[in-house]
Amino acid sequence: MNKTKKNNYIALILIVVFMLVIFALDQLIKPTDSLGMLLTVLQKGSVYALAAVSMNLLNGFTGLFSLGHAGFMLIGAYTYAIFTIPSAERDTVYQYFDAAIRFSFPEAFSNVLGPFGTVLGVIVAVILAGLIATVFAYLIGLPVLKLKSDYLAIATLGFAEIIRAIFQWEKLGPVTNGSNLLKGFVRTSTMQLTIGNVTLSFSTFVPVLIAVICITLIVLLVNSTYGRAFKAVRDDEVAAEAMGINLAKTKQLSFCISSFFAGIAGAMMAMVLSIAQASNFKVSMTYEILLMVVLGGIGSISGSVIGALLFIFSSEWWLRGLDSGSFLGINAPTVFRNGFRLVVFSVIIMIVVLFFSKGIMGDKELPEKIRNWKKNGLFNFKANRKDLGNVLDSAPDESAGHSGRRSKS
Amino acid sequence: MLSIKDLYVNYGGINALRGISLNVPDGKIVTLIGANGAGKSTTLRTISGLVRAKSGSIVWNDTELTGKSIDSIVSGGIAMVPEGRRVFSDLTVLENLKIGAYLRKDKEQIEKDIDWVYSLFPRLKERSWQYAGTLSGGEQQMLAVGRALMSKPKLIMMDEPSLGLAPLVVQDIFSIIRTINQEGVTVLLVEQNANMALKVADIAYVLETGVITMTGTGAELLSDPKVREAYLGKSN
Repeated sequence: MNKTKKNNYIALILIVVFMLVIFALDQLIKPTDSLGMLLTVLQKGSVYALAAVSMNLLNGFTGLFSLGHAGFMLIGAYTYAIFTIPSAERDTVYQYFDAAIRFSFPEAFSNVLGPFGTVLGVIVAVILAGLIATVFAYLIGLPVLKLKSDYLAIATLGFAEIIRAIFQWEKLGPVTNGSNLLKGFVRTSTMQLTIGNVTLSFSTFVPVLIAVICITLIVLLVNSTYGRAFKAVRDDEVAAEAMGINLAKTKQLSFCISSFFAGIAGAMMAMVLSIAQASNFKVSMTYEILLMVVLGGIGSISGSVIGALLFIFSSEWWLRGLDSGSFLGINAPTVFRNGFRLVVFSVIIMIVVLFFSKGIMGDKELPEKIRNWKKNGLFNFKANRKDLGNVLDSAPDESAGHSGRRSKS
Repeated sequence: MLSIKDLYVNYGGINALRGISLNVPDGKIVTLIGANGAGKSTTLRTISGLVRAKSGSIVWNDTELTGKSIDSIVSGGIAMVPEGRRVFSDLTVLENLKIGAYLRKDKEQIEKDIDWVYSLFPRLKERSWQYAGTLSGGEQQMLAVGRALMSKPKLIMMDEPSLGLAPLVVQDIFSIIRTINQEGVTVLLVEQNANMALKVADIAYVLETGVITMTGTGAELLSDPKVREAYLGKSN
């Protein structure tokens, strides 16, 4: 037990150091610098990291293949946006409608508590975003969670699309602004604190902090009794039931918690992009998140974070030159044109999948992987894969159930 | 004491159990033997609540079990070792054991019981951090038994614990069954391996196509010519 305690302290120290680095970057780099892109991708990366981890909780740890993530993120984004638009801006935002909800948490709290109230209001709005997504998830989960594997995926996919259509519905305009975008709410780019003549920026610190807190909570959950129950349901439903685990309740719990964090990720998305628009939350967003989860490794939280960050860093920053004419010092505007980035990106994904057939991390977490890498060397794919796949190798009679986790019925 | 009276179970139109009655007295090893499809597993699955009975009663220490939820049956002190081991292969041995104690809240006692299971199965202690899927068949069976013991059952039901194991390992498993019984746990055992099962059993029932056709002590059935012919092979 002492060892776990020690590891927890190490993790805590690493998180604090990481947050200090992010805080320093926030102050040192201006968004207009050449390195300004780093801040943007860190913000977006933290949003997608949380989205991917919350999807992994459901798809990887509970074995429920659900594709409704974009829908829950949309609910979160809209909830956050609607409840943080200041009353001064409300009528310009809802230019074609008569806004129905005229309440802003940051405003209401700051009237009483001053600047601290704004922070509190944002926190409340973010949590509310998660809770509303949870309520929707609960209602959707009642009929849908009886389905298995592909059918569950199809049903949740359909629900996400329906939610998107409803939010764009003209008749709901007073609440959702119809198909127009919501803007003017509290966003990361304006999160600054001026003390005397020093201005501190929090525009990257805040989304990263929210993501770190949420992912830490998910890690704690996965290692708790509930997390074990999730994994038991994933591995063998009948045996889990025989242990006294209530399947329906456990699945519903996992679905709701996953959607709660998806809602928070949606709120962060609105915060970072400074707009909320239903047409952004398409199926393709769910697929992007799924890609991050699969690339990182289904059933690995650190894998999802790494997958999300790699995806966002590559597609938004590192490979941008392939679209605009020059990349890694090669100037070839004739070849590197719009869309070429996607070609290269697809090739990279294929290479990753070839060498890491179970994702970058497999179903292991980072500390365990580092131990394996130390033992085998980082590029000794064969040995590393063997460490990953030893479950398959030494228990051939179980392999059918193991590899067919997603299609298991 | 578990007593079953006139239990009927249907799968769709098929009558799996047609009015069986049996008693499992406290502290005994009771075994059900019979051919494939006789209804042995169905009996266990009905007691544990995985399958609903059509009619009849299952009384466990004065409470009726039919119609109760699985979790209330498990927390009532009945644990099941499912057929084919069914350990959680992507969880470590320790996690598997902890899942067995899922419904219990007494953390300190759980820690002690993990040590108790490890003392029963020293092999599992060596493999505490290994994934259950990497264990051998015999070790997985030990884990399945240990996992069931983690719910602190008064009655443990085992569905074909010898399935697919080498003869030497089967002997280990049966000596473990005796040990568990000596620790005060009542055992209800379902077996195809009638020879081994009857040797350890205090009371035995023979099940044929959903009906109990014979009953007696293990030794009685072991020497019964009809049982010898049908289940043990006519060696002499």
